[in-house]
Amino acid sequence: MTETRTPSRRTSSGGRINRETSLNFTFNGKRYQGLAGDTLASALMANGVDVLNASFKYARPRGLVAAGAEEPNAILQLGSTESGQVPNVRATQQALYDGLEAHAVSGWVKSQKDLMSRFLPQVGKLGGKFMPPGFYYKTFMAPASLWMTYEKYIRKAAGLGRSPLENDPDIYDHLHQHTDVLVIGSGPAGLLAALVAARSGARVILCDEQEELGGSLLSMSGDCLDQTLDGQPASEWRDAVLAELAACDDVLLLPRTTANGYHDHNFVTLHERRTEHQADIAPVNSRGARQARSRLHRVRAHRVIMATGAHERPLVYSHNDVPGNMIAGAVTTYLTRFGVAAGDKLVLSVNNDHAYRAALAWKAAGRDVVAIADARSAPSGALVEAARAAGIRIITGAAVIEARGDRRVTGARVAAIDIDGFKVTGEVEELVCDTIASSGGYSPVVHLAAHTGARPVWSDEVHGFLPALGAPMLKGFDACGAANGSFSLEDVLVAAYASGVAAVEACEYPVADTIVPAVSALVEAPMLPLYQVPHDKPTARAPKQFVDLQNDVTAAGIELATREGFESIEHVKRYTAMGFGTDQGKLGNVNGMAVAARCLGQTIPDTGTTVFRPNYTPVTFGAIVGRHCGALFDPMRYTAMQEWHVAQGAKFEDVGQWKRPWYYPQGSEDMHAAVERECLAVREKVGVLDASTLGKIDITGRDAREFLNRIYTNAWAKLAVGKARYGLMCHDDGMVMDDGVTTCLAEDHFLMTTTTGGAAAILEWMELWHQTEWPELDVQMTSVTDHWATLTVTGPEARALVGELTDIDLDRDNFKFMEVREGMIADIPGRIFRISFTGELSYELNVPANYGQYVWETLFAKGEKYGLTPYGTETMHVLRAEKGFIIVGQDTDGSMTPEDLGMQWCVGYNKPYSWIGKRALTRPDTRRDDRKQMIGLIPRRKKAGDERIVLQEGAQIVFDPDHAIPMPMVGHVTSSYYSPTLGHGFALAVVKGGSARIGETVFLPQADGSTLEAEITAPVFYDKKGARQNV
Amino acid sequence: MMHIFCPYCGELREEEEFHAKGQAHIERPIEPEACSDAEWGDYLFFRNNPRGIHHELWIHAVGCRKYFNITRHTVTYEILETYRMGEQPGITAETLAAEQLAQSAAASAASSTTQQTGDARP
Amino acid sequence: MSDATTLDPQAVTDADAATRSQTSVIDQRPALDVHLQTARSPLAHLFTARADANAGVVLEEKAFLGHLMLRGDPAQSGFAEAVEVALGLALPLTSSTLNLNDAGVSIQWLAPDEWLIIVPGEEAFAFEQALHEQLSGRYQVVNVSGGQTVVSLSGAQARQVLMKSTPTDVHPRAFPVGRGVPAVFAKATLILRHVSAKEGESEFELVIRRSFADYLGRWLLDASEEFGVCIKA
Ligand SMILES: [Zn+2]
Repeated sequence: MTETRTPSRRTSSGGRINRETSLNFTFNGKRYQGLAGDTLASALMANGVDVLNASFKYARPRGLVAAGAEEPNAILQLGSTESGQVPNVRATQQALYDGLEAHAVSGWVKSQKDLMSRFLPQVGKLGGKFMPPGFYYKTFMAPASLWMTYEKYIRKAAGLGRSPLENDPDIYDHLHQHTDVLVIGSGPAGLLAALVAARSGARVILCDEQEELGGSLLSMSGDCLDQTLDGQPASEWRDAVLAELAACDDVLLLPRTTANGYHDHNFVTLHERRTEHQADIAPVNSRGARQARSRLHRVRAHRVIMATGAHERPLVYSHNDVPGNMIAGAVTTYLTRFGVAAGDKLVLSVNNDHAYRAALAWKAAGRDVVAIADARSAPSGALVEAARAAGIRIITGAAVIEARGDRRVTGARVAAIDIDGFKVTGEVEELVCDTIASSGGYSPVVHLAAHTGARPVWSDEVHGFLPALGAPMLKGFDACGAANGSFSLEDVLVAAYASGVAAVEACEYPVADTIVPAVSALVEAPMLPLYQVPHDKPTARAPKQFVDLQNDVTAAGIELATREGFESIEHVKRYTAMGFGTDQGKLGNVNGMAVAARCLGQTIPDTGTTVFRPNYTPVTFGAIVGRHCGALFDPMRYTAMQEWHVAQGAKFEDVGQWKRPWYYPQGSEDMHAAVERECLAVREKVGVLDASTLGKIDITGRDAREFLNRIYTNAWAKLAVGKARYGLMCHDDGMVMDDGVTTCLAEDHFLMTTTTGGAAAILEWMELWHQTEWPELDVQMTSVTDHWATLTVTGPEARALVGELTDIDLDRDNFKFMEVREGMIADIPGRIFRISFTGELSYELNVPANYGQYVWETLFAKGEKYGLTPYGTETMHVLRAEKGFIIVGQDTDGSMTPEDLGMQWCVGYNKPYSWIGKRALTRPDTRRDDRKQMIGLIPRRKKAGDERIVLQEGAQIVFDPDHAIPMPMVGHVTSSYYSPTLGHGFALAVVKGGSARIGETVFLPQADGSTLEAEITAPVFYDKKGARQNV
Repeated sequence: MMHIFCPYCGELREEEEFHAKGQAHIERPIEPEACSDAEWGDYLFFRNNPRGIHHELWIHAVGCRKYFNITRHTVTYEILETYRMGEQPGITAETLAAEQLAQSAAASAASSTTQQTGDARP
Repeated sequence: MSDATTLDPQAVTDADAATRSQTSVIDQRPALDVHLQTARSPLAHLFTARADANAGVVLEEKAFLGHLMLRGDPAQSGFAEAVEVALGLALPLTSSTLNLNDAGVSIQWLAPDEWLIIVPGEEAFAFEQALHEQLSGRYQVVNVSGGQTVVSLSGAQARQVLMKSTPTDVHPRAFPVGRGVPAVFAKATLILRHVSAKEGESEFELVIRRSFADYLGRWLLDASEEFGVCIKA
């Protein structure tokens, strides 16, 4: 049973939580209750859980600092099951649901100790204060050879959560979106800009990372003097605008959706968390079907309006990391939106009016505001006056210089300070409190605007960075509201309206009447720039003043970095790790730059600008992958005979995206046994190969023949109708790129075949030449690869078998080698090509693919008496290699000319047009005698059993095995098999000057230290005269 | 992920539909055999790698399958224009430089006018 | 590669129009009874009938249609007219558009010099012959019926399925009836066309290459699962 607790920190009323619906959850194994509408963070706070994690480097206890994406500490591990584990979840961004289980990221302290004791036992004992910035670099970079070992432990020690060990049961998907206007952020600026666009008829997407749309409007309250819009409280205005937007057909509202990356030309990735607020694992939908847990929207927007608001900057003072130190706005938000007070006694340390809202809300919740330390000497705005009127003590010209406490704030040391002199000027007063809220001003959330390389620009007016609007990388990109440095509600709304109108006009819609809501008056006095608060000791000796809480970077660390000569902020960042990781400098970057600037005696913009990179907050791999996983990871292409191959138990080989039958094992056969059987069947009887994957291109036009002359290395002028010819294709650098047989079907009509892998690229290649160099040629090309099913029937019995299926006259004198005939094949119209890649009598049957499986099955119905055997790509490779037929891409690698391959017979040196590749063949480099040339290799057999030696493909070849290492490598094996026909292993290889070395011995040093020997032969091993294919 | 205007389809399409094919306006010499090895080597292997304006050859591979040219800024990824095969770019590094020069000339003319006015003031 | 001067189509026409290039054209459709007994469509193994009255997505393979690829230059005089005579349907000259009629004939612009013609399967050869009879000069007609199939995608959630799959904008404003384009689809490609919209419900046709049919079919079923799928067979 869950123990019933009365959350002491919950206020008695108010907030957007449902006090009737309580939810159970656990943290570190302990049970708690929260309310519907809570985030995990607000629920933990309500339960008085102060310490949520231990810090990255110093293992200091850490608690909640913020209420949103900028939270640096409360990064937890979620999941009640192993498969449901999710790392890197910010408690402030996780809605509470019943049954939620969360854990602090555990184990890192142990890992870190492990790291230290392994490599630096003395440091491990001494602990954190001997780990200054640059520690890792200095300690672990030398010797460099050990870095790989260190790195493993360092990564583990970083301890930012762990991935599940079991498969993720959830599904994810992507949605491609197009919109006129994408508005990012749904505070007052985003809502008004979206409203203008929607009323004008534009397609609009409005997204916001929070559970509910509304942004800052959600935490506005009369308690904090927050303003009304058109006389309505903020939440009512928000409700009305959202209702109007929701009613528009072409407006998409996406809460729980973070714009994670802004990419070129207004392409934005949005990460929508669809069920993360409901359960560990996505529940089924109303139809009982599975639904995506989260979704990546890939948005192309005509206009992007960034209305991402601002992050409040904490002040940097000593021990500002002890739980109970928060930013002021977060204290307000927990009170007004979630009905939770961070504590009982508050000290506020500020440099601006707006942060006073925390004190007003705190007071309204019946808690004690001990004092407000205001760095300004004479604060005067309406909020300040309200605080005074409420009887709150205001200490002017002062700041909290140090927090007291260990696992929770117990007090604050407050003193008058001289900002320009960077010193404490008065007596230090000790105040008793349990919460310190600070505010050093507001940093526009400009992350997205920096992703394409536009550097944010410092504004002395705003005391923050603004997006570089107008930069070429930000075309069609706009920003308004606090994200662009407008902080007062009036200014925000005026700017948002202007952004909305500009977007509508850019999209060429008439701008609909929309009036900027009237805002009740509220006077705010200017802020006073303050970043790091001086301490009564120098920074180096003062208690730690944290700048970046997630990465444990202190002001003293930055000071040290600048002393050691790191003057650019980019270098300081890398040296100290400031702004690294999932934090990306949300709270700390500007403060860090201010510290560096102070140390260097220069301004913040002189110190550099910050660059933020996507993703803004972590995205699960599931969302990135979407549905491109498992069986849908990559397309698998199949031929028309696939079902037959599967039924026959074929093993498949990947050739590009194609799945090709590799071999067809029978019984307990392994690949070698199956391939030997298949090879012998082809050489002795008849086999059939599914060759449908070969690229096929239909080429017509009166200049088709001339086009082939230019594209191929060999001559096509005299190829007669009905005849086929092998052709070789080169790049213009003279290197072989593809090959295949092309047939003349009619005077102006050719059917080209390409390699399986080259099909698409060759068509693109030929279009390139036709479109760019030779548009005058009358030639047209269309791919027919998928249209024709191709069955290669090969072997001595091929003629007899094919004769049973077709009305075409197969008589050897009437249908010769390298000819084509049209006719019926098993009652299906098609063509038969008498071409051979095995060296045996062969017929390639082409039928429209819808009938491919039928013809294939008919072939087998007739084939039994001939011993018809299906064979796969492995057997095809052995058979063609026995004949010395190359496979482009296996025997060539983009550095082989036709001459290197010994294929001078396939080069039309005298063709009139200087065909592609010809000129390069006379370059000095292609004329070298010592180029690697294609030869055959037969392993030397010294004892019984050596006939089974098969050289390894890729093995390096040397002339002198006794040469000192490194031996000059003179070539390598490109294809190598055991030949059941020859009774021994053999290989194709390339060797420097190899064609002049026939009969010589070369050596192949093996990984185990032994050396194999092989004899160089001509690259044809079987039926050297080619008699068998001509029968 | 760029958004590319295909001059043949007349529309902006996603980058996924296109393949980049390297530098544009590389002419194959009419008479390759008349080229020196150095000239032929230039044609085959030597390409520009500017920081700034670059003319590139692309194909609308999942689309009309037409080759065309893009003038693109290699730092900002801004596409300044796309144009069909056989056409010449309207925007080049030179035209942009000339434009900038003209602008700064106009600006300095304006300021020198001010200067003169200033001088003329007693 | 580039800088070729654009061809003057009229000059070509004058020289070429008189003659027709010689090509091999064969009737690739077997006799009807043979066809009925032997043909196997690219999605026959996957799209087995599935009833679901409330399905948000309706899929149907329109198998064994005649698919002809036409290439040619519409600037050539008489080209567009010849195609119209042969098909009884005007040649679309506007980028990414589609003309179709009640006789099951459609012609889709794919490129300034390329169109996809889809006709009833048993009429493919007749249309192919008619095109050859009418056309002259530079052109190409290729029968690719065995290499392609058509999937009809309709239902209330059809557009959502497309949005999961293709970066092409399928919003009615951007993709009205009569528009068709080659499209990236999952990790493959296909030709996407919006053929009708009755009572607010759109029918899209997906022209799929045979070798990708299994992958794309499985992708469609997976993408549709959450909406409920009806498969007409
Ligand atoms: Zn195009």
